Amino acid sequence: MRSSLYRILALIQKEFLAVLKDPRSRTIIFLPPILQSLLFGYAASFDLNSVPYAVLDQDHSAASAALLSRLDGSGVFHRQADLARAGDISALINSSRALLVIQIGQDFERHLVMGEPALVQVVADGRNSNTAGTAMGYFGNVVDEFNADWRSGHGQAGPPVQIVMRSWYNPNLDSRWGMVPSLIGTLTLVGAMMLTAMSVAREREQGTFDQLLVTPFRPFEIMAGKAIPNVAIGLAQSTTILLIAQFWFHIPFSGSFVVLYSGLGLFLMAAVGLGLLVSSIAATMQQAMLYAFLLIMPFALLSGLVTPVKTMPEFLQSALLINPLLYALDITKRVYLENAGFAQLVPDFAPLAAIGAVTLSFAAWFFRKRLA
Amino acid sequence: MNDWSAVLRRIRALTVKETRQVLRDPSSVAIGVAFPLMMILLFGYGLSLDVTRVTIAAVDLDASSDSAALVGAFRLSPYFQVIAVHSIAEARTLVLDRRADGALLISSDFSRRWHHGGAQVQVLVNGTDANQARIMQAYAQGPVANWSAEYAGSVGNASTGPVVVVDRMWFNESNDSHYFLVPGLIVLVMTIIGAFLTAMVVAREWERGTLEALFVTPVRVGEFLISKLLPYFGLGMTGFVLCLLAGKFLFHVPLRGSLPLLCLASTTYLLVTLGIGLLVSTLVKSQFLASQLVLLLTYLPAMMLSGLVFDLRSMPAFIQGVTYAIPARYAVALLQTLYLAGDVGSTIWPKLAVLTAMAVGLLILTRLATRKRLS
Repeated sequence: MRSSLYRILALIQKEFLAVLKDPRSRTIIFLPPILQSLLFGYAASFDLNSVPYAVLDQDHSAASAALLSRLDGSGVFHRQADLARAGDISALINSSRALLVIQIGQDFERHLVMGEPALVQVVADGRNSNTAGTAMGYFGNVVDEFNADWRSGHGQAGPPVQIVMRSWYNPNLDSRWGMVPSLIGTLTLVGAMMLTAMSVAREREQGTFDQLLVTPFRPFEIMAGKAIPNVAIGLAQSTTILLIAQFWFHIPFSGSFVVLYSGLGLFLMAAVGLGLLVSSIAATMQQAMLYAFLLIMPFALLSGLVTPVKTMPEFLQSALLINPLLYALDITKRVYLENAGFAQLVPDFAPLAAIGAVTLSFAAWFFRKRLA
Repeated sequence: MNDWSAVLRRIRALTVKETRQVLRDPSSVAIGVAFPLMMILLFGYGLSLDVTRVTIAAVDLDASSDSAALVGAFRLSPYFQVIAVHSIAEARTLVLDRRADGALLISSDFSRRWHHGGAQVQVLVNGTDANQARIMQAYAQGPVANWSAEYAGSVGNASTGPVVVVDRMWFNESNDSHYFLVPGLIVLVMTIIGAFLTAMVVAREWERGTLEALFVTPVRVGEFLISKLLPYFGLGMTGFVLCLLAGKFLFHVPLRGSLPLLCLASTTYLLVTLGIGLLVSTLVKSQFLASQLVLLLTYLPAMMLSGLVFDLRSMPAFIQGVTYAIPARYAVALLQTLYLAGDVGSTIWPKLAVLTAMAVGLLILTRLATRKRLS
């Protein structure tokens, strides 16, 4: 038992040396998570900071000017051009100079004063329909405010019921608050799976794996010697991103580190197990890399990182039950923002433990098979 | 001096060797054919930014006929599924356990205040997924407006204000997210085949020393590079055709620009990614480093910083500056425009020029970096 422990420790030391002794490979392990969490923390947002728009004001009235000044004062809408003819709209939209073109007809103020619906036409660039929808939503909010002011200013009754919107766990609904904690799982998955798959494949390609098999190491020990260093590197990567989330992006951490790291530990065991699984079917580094990539791709796309899991079709949702990232994102977001405890996270912890147990035992079995 | 025929013969021989190597390795075929197919399926059926029904926990502290009618309006809405609870703490527990997405809170003085004109209801959403939370807030306006219109009859058009917005979405009238995802898909597939696969293959030759063996033959550097480009170019075009067919027959995305221009734009982008793959592998000469670098330099930016999923206009100025250096940015804009808007010269030619310059620059750099030299 004791000698087994020593053997595993020796393997762990060897594995760390293999990965960390080359300064270039040290850099490639730690620089990408840092760069990516910074870049993606800023980039991965569905909120719009700036909506370039153009206006075709055919009314030239006090009312239309009031609406437009409200728009310009919003801080989000930036007027690119004042159009004179409806024919100019397409040129602005086509060249992407304006995301929205707002057209105010010449009866705008007259209709408003008479209490008839005053129409404002909005043309949006739908090349990215999600962005267009968001921009139109912002415009709708500005118009709502204008309407409320107009009503109170002209003695019309306001709406009978006012809705007060509040948000739990993310008061300003900043999408970065959900995105950056999600990156902890996503970037670590890429790192851990690739690193593990490549480390075994490199040994197989260079023939040192067969040398390892003729040593007194037992299959279980080889598996542990490969898995533990990669889990440790993964935890170091997660910690780096966690620090960036807290100290760079100032996203308040409201959960417990014990719960978070228990979840991350289970998640990394599953990720490393899958990496070993990939390396067992890959004969070369190229194959290991590409197969790992073919697994990571659907894992990342179908994890809830970019689009919600709930909207995916049933058959995909059930196929996704083996996706470790699905559980990892749930754990990181809920612990980070909602202070979720062990009891709430059982539905995430249990499948991760199962994936880890199955893949790691398979890896040990596979190493034994190659021995026989 | 029958030089040219010798050059062509050597290129041909090397290309045949490379093509055989590609076809014999199951992982290359997987990336060339299985990867595009998988992406088409995932993008086509897995990704959607629309929200289906949301579950709302209703806390009715008023328990009057007025408040019951308001909760009823939420029940009638196709967007909401209502769970009645007794306290806001209970609602919060439901949200924490993921059994509800948000809460509707009607305070105990709702009915009284409503009869005095000026009632409030609270809609609480779980902000963990901010995008979903926003959509839910927008949905909540519906039932409240319906209730107001029906219940408060006198106010007439309570749901519409004095100013009414009439909106039209150009290029994507049916608001179908496939319309912008399919052009992006082509870019992703080209990035993986062009950069990722090529980088691995050339780095392996450096690692194993087979390139050095090649250098003692009469093969020139340019010939070697062309023979490396051709098979992967073919593989990339296979992926392109698969995506093109899927876009047309599976997702029915209209192609409003011209097909030759679309092919030209895609080909140019493929040359850029091939150039990156070749250059990176020539510079680092290690499979592990090359694969990680290419992933970092091409794939992730193509996914996150190209305007494919996340709009460039949402990003801070500094990050927007970074995106100008990313080839995928130009490719996504080109393909989205060609697919959805048509042959808009003012968008297409400058972006095509940038991509061409990048392709030429990268291939020249690769040519300079590859030396017939033993280290």
